[in-house]
Amino acid sequence: MSWRKHTNQVTGLLVLLPSIVLVAVFVYGFIGRTIYTSFTDWGKDPSQALALHPKLHFIGLDNYRELFTGLIDSRFRQDLASTVYFTVFFIAGCLALGLALAILIDHKPRGEGAFRGLFLFPFALSFVVTGTIWRWLLQPGGGVNALPALVGLPPADFTWLTSGKQVWRFEWNALPMYAALALAAALAAIAAVTFRAGRRRRGALLALGAVALVAWGLLPGRAVRLLPFPELHGFNLAFVGIVVAAVWQMAGYTMALYLAGLAGIPEELREGAVVEGASGWQLYTRIILPLMAPITLSAMIILGHISLKIFDLVFAMAGPDNSRTDVPALLMYVTTFRGNQFAKGAAIGVILLLVVALVIVPYLRSQLKEGAGE
Amino acid sequence: MTKRAILCGLVLAVVFGATAARAQEKLEIFSWWAGDEGPALKALIDRYEVLYPNIPVINSTVTGGSGVNARAVLKTRMLGGDPPDSFQVHAGQELIGTWVVANRMEDLTPLFKSEGWTEKFPPGLIALLSARGGIWSVPVNIHRSNVMWYVPANLKKWGVTPPKTWDEFLATCKTLQGKGVQYPLALGENWTQVHLWESVALGVLGPDGWSALWSGKMKFTDSSAVKAWDTFGSVLACTNPDASGLSWQQAVDRTLKGNAAFNIMGDWAAGYMSTTLKLKPGEGFGWAASPGTSGTFMMLSDSFGLPKGVKHHDAAVKWLKLLGSREGQDIFNPLKGSIAARLDSDLTKYNAYLNSAAKDWKSNKVVGSLAHGAVAPEIFASQFGTVMEIYLGGKNALAAANAAQAIADQVGLGK
Repeated sequence: MSWRKHTNQVTGLLVLLPSIVLVAVFVYGFIGRTIYTSFTDWGKDPSQALALHPKLHFIGLDNYRELFTGLIDSRFRQDLASTVYFTVFFIAGCLALGLALAILIDHKPRGEGAFRGLFLFPFALSFVVTGTIWRWLLQPGGGVNALPALVGLPPADFTWLTSGKQVWRFEWNALPMYAALALAAALAAIAAVTFRAGRRRRGALLALGAVALVAWGLLPGRAVRLLPFPELHGFNLAFVGIVVAAVWQMAGYTMALYLAGLAGIPEELREGAVVEGASGWQLYTRIILPLMAPITLSAMIILGHISLKIFDLVFAMAGPDNSRTDVPALLMYVTTFRGNQFAKGAAIGVILLLVVALVIVPYLRSQLKEGAGE
Repeated sequence: MTKRAILCGLVLAVVFGATAARAQEKLEIFSWWAGDEGPALKALIDRYEVLYPNIPVINSTVTGGSGVNARAVLKTRMLGGDPPDSFQVHAGQELIGTWVVANRMEDLTPLFKSEGWTEKFPPGLIALLSARGGIWSVPVNIHRSNVMWYVPANLKKWGVTPPKTWDEFLATCKTLQGKGVQYPLALGENWTQVHLWESVALGVLGPDGWSALWSGKMKFTDSSAVKAWDTFGSVLACTNPDASGLSWQQAVDRTLKGNAAFNIMGDWAAGYMSTTLKLKPGEGFGWAASPGTSGTFMMLSDSFGLPKGVKHHDAAVKWLKLLGSREGQDIFNPLKGSIAARLDSDLTKYNAYLNSAAKDWKSNKVVGSLAHGAVAPEIFASQFGTVMEIYLGGKNALAAANAAQAIADQVGLGK
């Protein structure tokens, strides 16, 4: 009768089984199928692309090579650069605005509940609604540009989503050098920490590695030619409008996270600090903000993975044909369903998956480890 | 015993009824005509249902201008083996380069022969519809791409006439800028820029050069093709810098208000101006062929094809017969604001602009549009935006020409 002891486990497994099967097929099965498709040439030959039984050939990493170093795929490379810039501004904006609002509300003003609801409300909207509203507001001929006229100033003339300006440009062929320098900086930081922790030999080795990377980056790294001619990428000012809309939507979420965190700080800690003579500024920078670090990390991860995959906000605000506000998810849709290039679209999708996984997987692992440790 | 008999009878009745229902003919058509263009399609469907009262028509529409969304849905259906009985598609390479080469469409040559359509459509159009020895879709309407719109009273005020070549246009542009019209040519968002490019390129290359470009006989890197980009750059200098934020209607509005003198747009602009804005053709607005392209009719056409393996083959063929008939085209086109593809349509049903367009359709040389899917397959057209971006980024004609040729080589243009 020993199986009776395991009835709970068996029942649990049976209840979970449908979900496991569905997730295995519709999530991981399809991910695997997409990865396989990205290694084929589906779409390159129009006679096979939409045939009833397409004949596909395995071509390995060719699609990826074309995306990163091919002549025609400069749009993809600009999309990657745009996503990086957008992510940085989006996360910084949300964290700063969310923290500021949380601190203000934490002082418990009159109507605190109403303010909380007011700031949190945009989070309840869908990205499509937000995108449509802000698209109207950011029309070059009216909306936000007409605001200065209310106070007697001439109307603003920034063209928002249709702006063609690009700033902070870098050259794609210089990427190996930048990557080497960034990696060297990270290694140097770790070396410094290891040194200070007392492991001198390890610290010295890491420092040596950093120096070697810098040397490689500045000399042979410069000679690595990803593209036969220079290609500039940078931050499209058209993204400013999208950052504004996205921060408007998500700042409430960050504010709610920080409010919960601030509420969790024991009163004795604050009183103790004030008694010890900490000024308001020191109270925040030395005590409260460091305690908010885990929340900041969580918020960064969630916001980061939203911004890396962003599609519907950009689609609603600028449409799929505005190359200046293009993002990889939009490009994947256009490549696959307009250009019939199914394999290349799959490759873009896989790259997106890897980038988001780079952000999410370490976070999940650390969360699970923490959970298991308790 | 009787109960059993009744039960048996019921079951048999249900089975027969079900099979009868399954066997009932119906017609499912797939299009992107909704909103303003809906009434024209509905008039055709109503006529079909009068002719064939036992065949209900299911109108599956996916909205989105120029079929941008409909095409994605269609691909999903076709890849899944569930084709609609007939679907709307731009006549030419948009159909041939995607579906015909993949062997998904039925050859309509027997239908064209039995209906006598090979005489009723211009030979230039039949050439664009044909590939690999077959004819693949039935054109319902014809729109013209290379038209230049203006307000006659304004031109008189400024003392200029519609330019006949692009060099004349650049001179007129300078004159107008001297008169205070800062941006004489109104331009709108992305696709209207490709639309302008094809008028410029047609004016520079001529109809034979244009056709050679798409049949692979001329390369994008040939000197005359590169010259087209240079001319395009000079023309762009006469356009408004806030183009990306304007829809095509807003660009037309600029011309009508007097902020610009000319606008190059397809002749759906005539429908907008005469029906929506209630302007009189010839007085409220005037038209001419784009500079350098008079005598050439750059066409785009909405057409319907017949996929292989459809469920209701006969109903679909009946639909195609209605579409290609004089009666069908004259029901549809006056409401749509386009001209019939047939050469023998009843011109009394059409307004002043459409009459002028129909006259040109009979006499001009017919070439296909790039921006609207006639001469280039989707795999090329969807990447042409990148070429345009490369050009707009640095005004480097050679870079754009090289990129265009690289894409053409990659997709096997003209083969």
